[in-house]
Amino acid sequence: MTAANADKPIITLDNVTRSFGAVQALRGVSAEIREGEFFSLLGPSGCGKTTLLRMIAGFDEPTTGTITLDGKPMAGIAANHRPTNMVFQSYAIFPHLSVGDNVGYGLKKKRLPKAEYDREVEEALEMVSLGGYGPRAAHTLSGGQRQRVALARALIMRPKVILLDEPLSALDKKLREQMQIELRRLQRSVGITFILVTHDQEEALIMSDRIAVMFDGQIAQLDSPEALYRKPNTQRVASFIGVMNFLEAKASGEKGDKISLDIQALGKLDIPASALPAGMKSSEITRVGVRPEMMSIVLEGAKSTGHEIDAEIAESEYYGDMTYYLVSLPGKDEPVTISMRNTAGRAVLEPGSKTRVSFSPESIVVFR
Amino acid sequence: MSIDAQNEGRKGLLLVSPTFAYAILLLAAPLILVILFSFWTQDYLDLDTTPTLANYKEAWTAPLYRELMLRSLRISVLVTTVTVLSAFPVAYYVSFRVKERKALWLFLITAPFWTSYLLRVFLWKVILGYNGVFNSALLWAGIIDEPLQFILYNVNAVVITLAHAWAPFAILPIFVALEKIDRSLLEAAEDLGDGPVRRFFRITLPLAIPGVMAATLIVLIPTVGDFITPRLVGGTEGLMISNMIQVQFGKANNAPLGAALAVSSMFIVGGLSLLIFLASRRVGRVAED
Ligand SMILES: Nc1ncnc2c1ncn2[C@@H]1O[C@H](COP(=O)(O)OP(=O)(O)O)[C@@H](O)[C@H]1O
Ligand SMILES: [Mg+2]
Repeated sequence: MTAANADKPIITLDNVTRSFGAVQALRGVSAEIREGEFFSLLGPSGCGKTTLLRMIAGFDEPTTGTITLDGKPMAGIAANHRPTNMVFQSYAIFPHLSVGDNVGYGLKKKRLPKAEYDREVEEALEMVSLGGYGPRAAHTLSGGQRQRVALARALIMRPKVILLDEPLSALDKKLREQMQIELRRLQRSVGITFILVTHDQEEALIMSDRIAVMFDGQIAQLDSPEALYRKPNTQRVASFIGVMNFLEAKASGEKGDKISLDIQALGKLDIPASALPAGMKSSEITRVGVRPEMMSIVLEGAKSTGHEIDAEIAESEYYGDMTYYLVSLPGKDEPVTISMRNTAGRAVLEPGSKTRVSFSPESIVVFR
Repeated sequence: MSIDAQNEGRKGLLLVSPTFAYAILLLAAPLILVILFSFWTQDYLDLDTTPTLANYKEAWTAPLYRELMLRSLRISVLVTTVTVLSAFPVAYYVSFRVKERKALWLFLITAPFWTSYLLRVFLWKVILGYNGVFNSALLWAGIIDEPLQFILYNVNAVVITLAHAWAPFAILPIFVALEKIDRSLLEAAEDLGDGPVRRFFRITLPLAIPGVMAATLIVLIPTVGDFITPRLVGGTEGLMISNMIQVQFGKANNAPLGAALAVSSMFIVGGLSLLIFLASRRVGRVAED
């Protein structure tokens, strides 16, 4: 997000719905997308992400509700008259044209002098590290290169918004991770608003300034990656983004800025009142959550933090840099997940080992 | 590996050999015979088999044959143009506009084939004739005072009849080519600023060229050699080269000359097809500039 434009909305979605016959693909989406930000629509397959993106691009119209782009209502404006460009999931590279003509496709209308056209195409190709690829035939490109050509084809138009529909899902893991970083870097350097559709939470967390998590045609939560991870406001969001341990809980009283909770397996403890989502009463609390890295297994000789309980290791999964433990706590049938960094000299515990688990009250997440 | 491959090869040969023999018997043998004939001379009832180019000389120099050959080409090019131009919108409609039951549409397009070709030609006679459906309708509507005569027994009638007969053969390959176009390409073109017309000429048409090409050749090649249609609806000015070939093999009793005419027209059509093929390969590239 460039500081000058911070918080200025480029796209406003106002209660947008879309029905396909009996299927309600979108059930009232409202959001503001800020100028220059990297915005992601994250959600499981079928939640309506593509439908929303296509309506912003102009390939589809809302059943009800309005989309405003750069201050102008978009109703009735066709895709070819909108200041948006799309990177298609299939890339949609024109098979009968060279790489250069694919990239320059949208420029042809401007009837630039040939030298200028060639220069612009080459510049766009260089931006995606494909300098010199112009004369090649489109069908000679690899998947990753096609993806770059599709991006260059959109960048060259200098649109207000670039829309990307799962652009990395067809690439292998290594290439995908590399492209995530590159896309992010590119977006920062050109300053164009990017809207990315993805079902991959990690991808969304890595790349975005803000993320709208969607379920069943609605935005469940719109926040920065950190806020989404630390303070997911529903259990569904919490379990979609990362891993979350859920525990039954009941409030037993309030004192000042603390709430006293009686939590399954963890026992009685006081959490900060700020953990309570806005507008929620403490008496409405039924469940809380703890992230795996917010609990730790107490190793021999470590100092006690005050909040500790007995536990037994049920299973361990070794990931090299991390070990994920499934840990049985007394008073809870399902084991909880706890992650530990494998720092120097730290042994991996065997299943069956008796140990203790510590946690801090500040790490407890309360759900609406 | 090589033994396996050899085995495979032998097995394959064995499998295709009946088809192969069939093809040789029915296609290659008559063709070779015709080519041989074209170098012989008819000597009243006997054939003089000393090789000669006399038949070709006559076929290529006599004004009558040249006129007939050129007319055949003109008619078939005209038929092809009319057929392909009218087939394209139909194929486009079925591929892009029909959302459900495309198969039913294709089925209906082939409906005329349920009756014999002769019957269809006679139907056109009924429609286009002096007292035919077309003239009667125009008379009844008061558009004309007396029946039009230029619509039957001339080139127009041949073109109409052939274009109708070959329409499905042109529609199907174009339809297949249009179906193969990835719809996201069209959206990408629109996204990059093209309106429907620009998009059609920059994406849809270039990508449909293989189908249009196939349609052109499928219609052009057989219509040059058609002889029933000109005989039945073409009158004298609608006669084509095949009618002459038929006469040479029959009444005129000059099979070698007929064979030379046949081989000549085969080469001309082959050459023309090659030209069309080469030209069409450039269309896609030229369209972008
Ligand atoms: N053209 C369409 N016709 C009918 N249903 C559709 C159409 N497009 C999308 N849908 C439905 O709308 C819902 C959302 O689809 P989509 O936006 O593609 O989801 P996502 O991109 O999040 O996977 C799905 O249930 C899908 O079946
Ligand atoms: Mg999708």
